Amino acid sequence: MSIREVRLSTTPSQEAINDLRLGDIVYLDGLMYTAREGVYMRALEDKANIPMELPSQSAANFHCSPAARINEDGTFDMGAVTATASFRFAKWLPEWMAKTGAKLIVGKGGMTSKDYKEYFVPNCAIYLSTVGYGTGALLGRGVESVEAVHWNEELGIAQAMWVLKCNKMGPFIVASDMNGDCLFERENAKIAENVARVYEGTKPATLKRYGESDDRTDEVI
Amino acid sequence: MIPINLIQSTAETLMDKAAIEIPQDYLDGLQEASRTEDGDLSSFVLKAMLENYEAAKEDRRAMCGDTGVPRWFVKMGNEARVEGGMIALEAALRRATASATNGVPLRPNRVHPLWRTDHNNNVGIGAPEIEYGFEPEGEWVDLITVHKGGLFGSDYRMLFPSDGVQGIKRFYLDSLLAFGKRGLACQPAIIGIGLGGSKDICMNLGKRASTLRIVGSQNSDPEIAKMEAEFKELGNSIGMGAMGFVGKNMVIDCNIEVGYCHTGGMPMSVHAFCLSSRRAVARIHADGRVEHRTDPDWFTPYQRRETIDWEPVREAAE
Repeated sequence: MSIREVRLSTTPSQEAINDLRLGDIVYLDGLMYTAREGVYMRALEDKANIPMELPSQSAANFHCSPAARINEDGTFDMGAVTATASFRFAKWLPEWMAKTGAKLIVGKGGMTSKDYKEYFVPNCAIYLSTVGYGTGALLGRGVESVEAVHWNEELGIAQAMWVLKCNKMGPFIVASDMNGDCLFERENAKIAENVARVYEGTKPATLKRYGESDDRTDEVI
Repeated sequence: MIPINLIQSTAETLMDKAAIEIPQDYLDGLQEASRTEDGDLSSFVLKAMLENYEAAKEDRRAMCGDTGVPRWFVKMGNEARVEGGMIALEAALRRATASATNGVPLRPNRVHPLWRTDHNNNVGIGAPEIEYGFEPEGEWVDLITVHKGGLFGSDYRMLFPSDGVQGIKRFYLDSLLAFGKRGLACQPAIIGIGLGGSKDICMNLGKRASTLRIVGSQNSDPEIAKMEAEFKELGNSIGMGAMGFVGKNMVIDCNIEVGYCHTGGMPMSVHAFCLSSRRAVARIHADGRVEHRTDPDWFTPYQRRETIDWEPVREAAE
């Protein structure tokens, strides 16, 4: 299978999104903002006004804390950029999408196909995963400039809302599509065929723990 | 007497090197993995990572946006003396951590667990951790920094003698599968296994096995060294590669470290040192010379000693 590379706007058309296939490699152009638990709680639970025009300025939400510095003169130095695991944010994402019109959720590890079918597809959104993880230096090169940092005082550098101007920023991998299919689950299913063989002869633990799954076709998330 | 300024300036250099430069032993391992990988997506991921290391060095920027949680291991020869003593040394390591966070820059990862207070400098209560080891001879101090990343990939299980090696294998596979899916462990990784100790020491052994031993190293016990090779092979036969995609490279190397434990138990921990295996080492000599390297060389015969007294003559004769 050859791998297809795509340039995509952070305010993508519906046609561009419909065209994406699982496993495509994407490079982004345009504004992308970081938002994770700090921003979600402040915007959705504390009802603070989001300091951007969304989705007209950007429909791309990056689950990221950058390795960056805010200088004394107010300028920014962006070093490396990688994503954090997204499944932890499922609690806030449906409301966030409804409120901001986000079409591209960019992070680490994707969500479940249940998430995709329940609220990604109805909102015409897809998931892009970072690669590696993580190609922090390559992604850092794709940040042409930092346009703004919102809520730094309230949330700190790691949780603040960084607005990044992307220029062929990537690589990212398309991890969900408009059918609500999940790239990682597809790969899990292929690997599952072999799991019984590698476990052959091994011994279940004598001491069990509450809350554990013993079904290796399950995931822990 | 080692000047305290030299400790701090060396520590700052180490913070920078750890964040930016992938250690050669891990790089060699990943290049080998990239040569053998035939899963199309896994293969793409490994090639992107190799490009990423180049980009990091060229730009002098951190290789990963999650720059991990800086931690220090200090090892001292028995005759080493530091200007101002160990309190001054700890202050110098905390200052170096804070200044490198702003300087490289690193991600300010360290927050209060409840109040989420972030000083934006990776310093706080118990952070960075500073751990110590000693060696029988020498006037030098080894500074080792490890910036281990990730919330996933480490786990602990209390096994018993009756679980045997097959129980160890089961937990090893469980850990790789649980955290390998979706690439949560950021594999292929250096997998560290801790066996024995009490619960805290068991975790510690596994963490040190993954972060303080290099790719290609072997445990000094030949039977354990055989297990290491077998476990590497086993992990790579799951059929899972980078990011949890179909592939055959999950484990760049498997290192096992042991410590004596309670007679009724066989505690086990598993740790994964990720695609950004950040470690850097320098030896500072009493005469002011500084030698940089990437092998912590932590697990010496002295660290693994079994006897009451240190008997180097007998050890050497074996």
